[in-house]
Amino acid sequence: MNARKVSSASQLAWQLSLLLSLMVLAGALLGSEGWAVSSLQADIALMTDIRLPRTLGACLAGALLGLAGAVAQGLFRNPLADPYLLGSASGASLGVALGMVMLSQLDVSPWLVRAGVTGMAFMGAWLAVALSLMLSWGVQHTLRLLLAGVVVGVVLGAIASLLLVMYPQIQGSVQSFMLGSTAYVSWSACGLMLSVLIVSGLVSYAASPLLDGLALGESTALSLGLPVKSLRWVLLAVLALCTAAAVAQTGLIAFVGLAAPHLVRARYKGIHGKTLSLSCLMGAVLLGGADLLARGLMAPLELPVGVLTAILGGGYMLYLMRGMSPKSSGGRGGRA
Amino acid sequence: MNANSAVVLSAQHVSVLHDDFKAVNDVSITLRAGEWIALVGPNGAGKSSLLKALAGLTLPSGEVSLLGQPWASWHRRERAQTLAWLGQAEAGQDDLTVYDVAMLGRLPHQSWLASPTEQDKAVVEVALKTVQAWEWRTRSLGQLSGGERQRVLLARALAVQAKVYLMDEPLAGVDVPHQADWLEWVRCLTEQGAAVVSVLHELNLALQADSLWVMAEGRLVHSGLPNDPATHQALSMVFQNRLQWLEWQGDVEGLTRWVALPK
Repeated sequence: MNARKVSSASQLAWQLSLLLSLMVLAGALLGSEGWAVSSLQADIALMTDIRLPRTLGACLAGALLGLAGAVAQGLFRNPLADPYLLGSASGASLGVALGMVMLSQLDVSPWLVRAGVTGMAFMGAWLAVALSLMLSWGVQHTLRLLLAGVVVGVVLGAIASLLLVMYPQIQGSVQSFMLGSTAYVSWSACGLMLSVLIVSGLVSYAASPLLDGLALGESTALSLGLPVKSLRWVLLAVLALCTAAAVAQTGLIAFVGLAAPHLVRARYKGIHGKTLSLSCLMGAVLLGGADLLARGLMAPLELPVGVLTAILGGGYMLYLMRGMSPKSSGGRGGRA
Repeated sequence: MNANSAVVLSAQHVSVLHDDFKAVNDVSITLRAGEWIALVGPNGAGKSSLLKALAGLTLPSGEVSLLGQPWASWHRRERAQTLAWLGQAEAGQDDLTVYDVAMLGRLPHQSWLASPTEQDKAVVEVALKTVQAWEWRTRSLGQLSGGERQRVLLARALAVQAKVYLMDEPLAGVDVPHQADWLEWVRCLTEQGAAVVSVLHELNLALQADSLWVMAEGRLVHSGLPNDPATHQALSMVFQNRLQWLEWQGDVEGLTRWVALPK
């Protein structure tokens, strides 16, 4: 029995890995001139300096969001939880808006502006999560934490909007951030995201028995001898770090963190140690695929990848709602 | 159950506060090895709160000791190996398989992130076969009915191989044949020396226990044998005298049992 279950998890892992490899290859070969493969004529520098880091960056950001989404859904025992639920998206937007306001006053190089804005987005996302934790007095009460996240998200979002009204010159840059884009991901950003992914992946795997225990309720998790409070802090740190790292590099990418764990669970049911890893791969495939579509659908015009994930994610949510029709909701098939 | 059996769990003057409300008020109990106690009382009597306090899931005032040692002196893992908890079904993610859920019962015995040993697998197989869930061990929890799910959760508790089992409404949604099975499992556990405390709403099942603890308004109002008229009186009192008692010559010769029906 166990062998069948493991093979199903490993089968899915192999399929996703294969798909991911093909995507990275396609992402390196395909340019903004459309879907024609132009590897023979393409400038090697163009491929290695722009296309490859961008494609890998999209996959890495997707993997981070997939992992964060799986952690959030396990930790909050809510299939609708997503990586941004503790206010990190609004925090990152406010960070970007503040960064743009400050840097627009100075005469600095565009590279420095980009680096500064990335750093501010990262800090904004982190600080928003820290603020949610402070307002909820820790991690003990998950509902209070979720409500604090909603409040922080709304308030920080409102402050960011206020800045946009006061400084109209930053509107373009902030809006581009909020739409999400993988166009500016560099090799150094890839390195950063890969480091965060490796650390977060290992830490969340080590803490995954807590998520299995929590699936049966907090009392059961405690009765199994799990250090619930400390592991909850660890997983929240993973959630905040993954989300902040992804958002800082690619802006607000919608639905990847929500949809990746759902898509995994539709194919594989089992312990969180495996679903976390598979959600990483699924997130990478989703955002990598969305990046390819964003570049290729209306080439040479490039669509903001966040818009594409929002449209595709909205479609997926409609599909979920279809599964919750009165006919099927009597059973438990409402969830993917 | 032997009155001289070792005390495995005891509580002295335990109270549990929920905000300003005293859910459990100055309760003292003793549980011996090989004993099955049915904890009964009307809704809101404080049964689940007492059970959680005994399981160390809430911090009560008063003293709770497991195997003679106060709670605070127990290491988390050793405590989890000694005392198994089966709570009321809590809503959650249903993506774990039946086998995974039962294997969680072995967590207190495993090193962190270690793969299950052959012994773990054997114990889980026995637990799942005991509750007749082995055949559908690859199904996810979400695909099960309420009663099937409850049996799997029971298998998870059995897999702990604990000395003390605390079960909060273990028979909620379980059909009659599996209720009868559950009675057998409990007797089997107590014969092996384990002690069981179960919150039960079905009084006629509770009356088959070794002893009953009767609770009302946070207090333990009576503790006694199922055939004792004082127990019946206490039960009638806490249930607003809405019980009628019928004597029944039970399945064991010479043993008179009682049946409580609502009136």
